[in-house]
Amino acid sequence: MYPADLRYDREHEWVRLDGDVATIGITDYAQDQLGEVVYVDLPSVGDEVVAGDSFGEIESVKSVSELFSPVSGEIVEVNDALADAPELVNSSPYEDGWMIKVRVADPAIALDGLMTADEYESFIAEEA
Amino acid sequence: MSELKRTPLYEEHLALGARMVPFAGWEMPVQYAGIIEEHLAVRQHVGVFDVCHMSEFRFFGFDAKDALQRIVTNDLGKIDEIGRAVYTVMCDEDGGIIDDLIVYHTGDLEYLVIANAANHDSDWDWFTAHLARSVEAVDESDRTGLIAVQGPEALRVIGDLAGAGFEPPARFSIAEARLDGVPVLLARTGYTGEDGVEIVCHASNAVAIWRLLLSFPEVQPCGLGARDTLRLEMGYALYGSDMDRGVDPISAGLGWTVALGKGEFIGREAIARIKEEGPKKRLVGLLVDEGVPRHGYPVLHGETEVGKVASGTFSPSLRTGIATAYVPAELAAPGTELGVAIRRKVSRAVVVRPPFVKGTSLDKPAS
Repeated sequence: MYPADLRYDREHEWVRLDGDVATIGITDYAQDQLGEVVYVDLPSVGDEVVAGDSFGEIESVKSVSELFSPVSGEIVEVNDALADAPELVNSSPYEDGWMIKVRVADPAIALDGLMTADEYESFIAEEA
Repeated sequence: MSELKRTPLYEEHLALGARMVPFAGWEMPVQYAGIIEEHLAVRQHVGVFDVCHMSEFRFFGFDAKDALQRIVTNDLGKIDEIGRAVYTVMCDEDGGIIDDLIVYHTGDLEYLVIANAANHDSDWDWFTAHLARSVEAVDESDRTGLIAVQGPEALRVIGDLAGAGFEPPARFSIAEARLDGVPVLLARTGYTGEDGVEIVCHASNAVAIWRLLLSFPEVQPCGLGARDTLRLEMGYALYGSDMDRGVDPISAGLGWTVALGKGEFIGREAIARIKEEGPKKRLVGLLVDEGVPRHGYPVLHGETEVGKVASGTFSPSLRTGIATAYVPAELAAPGTELGVAIRRKVSRAVVVRPPFVKGTSLDKPAS
C-alpha cells in the first residue's frame, strides 16, 4: 500500500529521490480521502519550492486542498498529463499521478525528517 | 451543536460504505462509490437518493387551498385536478424567499408540501402562523420516508416493482401505487434533471423499498454530492446558496413561480414592485474555463468585484467548472465575459442561460 522506497510527510505527500531529483506526489490514502480528483494546479518549471510550503492545489468535486512540498529546491519538471487527466492521481498515485520533480541542493539531507513507509502507516492509523 | 438526526436508512448507508457528513442537522451520505460515478449513473441509467431528511407537511380542510394560496407565490389553481403538483416559493412581506417547495394536491381538500430539511422549523412556524385556523396542518416529516429514483431507466425499474398494468403518473403528478406490495405515493418529480419519481412512504417501509430498488444491478445509490452536481448542471436553485430571505424570486430567476394575477399573497406587493422596476441583480449561470468555482468566490468584471459565486462545482457531464452567481442586472446577458477569482488566479467565465446540460431524459417526450 505504501511503497517502501518512498518517504512521506505529514501532509500526505510522497517523495522518490533519484540522484538529486526528487519526484513528488500524494499518497494513496490522500487520493482516497479526496475522492475523484478533477483539477490539479501546479507551478512552473524553474520555480523554487521550500520544504513545508505550498506548491499548488488539488481539487476534487467537493473540496480543494493545498499541496505542500516535502523538500526544497528548483522545479525541473511538472506532470503536464494531469492538466488533461487529473484522475491519474486517483488511478496511479505513485506512478502516472506524480506532480513535480525538484532538484534538491543536498540529496544527503533532503529526506531528513520524512517518514518511512512503516512510520507513515502508523501515522495514518493514528489520524484515522 | 445538537446531535445530528438520522434517517431510517442510516444503517443501510453504513452497510454500503457511504461517507457520512453533517447536513442541515442530519447525518447524511455524501457519496458511496464517488460523486462523478454516481452522477453519471443518474445521467445514463438510474440512481437512488435518500431524501428522508426533507420536510413533509399535510394540510386539510375546506380552506386549505385558499390559505395556501395566500402563502405561496405560484397559483394552486394550476393543480385543481387531484394528483397534480407545482413548484413554488414562499416569501415574506418584503419578497424575501423563506423556502422553495413542491405542493402536491393529494386529495379532496388535501395538500402535501415537501420542503427543505434545513428550513423545517422556520417553514412550519411560517405555515402555522399564516394559515387560517380552520385548516388542519400536520407535520408528517418524522414518520414519512422519501426516496428519489432518477435517471433514464428509473420508470422501468419502478414499473418492474409495481407489476403488471402499472401506469406511471404524468409529469408533475402524484399517485398511489404499490411497490412489491408496499403502499406508496409516487411523485413524478425530482431535482436532477432526469425523469423519475420520488417515492413517499411510511418511514417504517423506507428500508424495504430501498433494498428493493438496490436489488436491481443497474441502480446506483447516490449521495448528496451527486445530488448537488446534478441539480447545478440543470441550473436548479438551492436554498441557502442560490436563495434565502435576502433575495426575491425575480432576482433569483424564479419569476416563473410567481403568479401575480392570482390575487393576494404574502410578498405580492414587494415582488410586483421589483418586477416593475427590474431587479438590480440577477442570478446567472457561469461556465468557467479553468479550476473549480465554489460558493463565495469573487466574481469579477475587469478588475472590479461585481458579485460572489452562489453555487459552484465541477460538472461531471461537461468536465468543466460551472457556477451560479448574483451579478448586476446589466452584466446578466448571456455571452457576457466575467471572471471568477479562484484563489491566486482569475479564471475566465462566460454568462450562460441554464440549464448547463441539455438533452437529458427530462427533455424527451413524457410517457
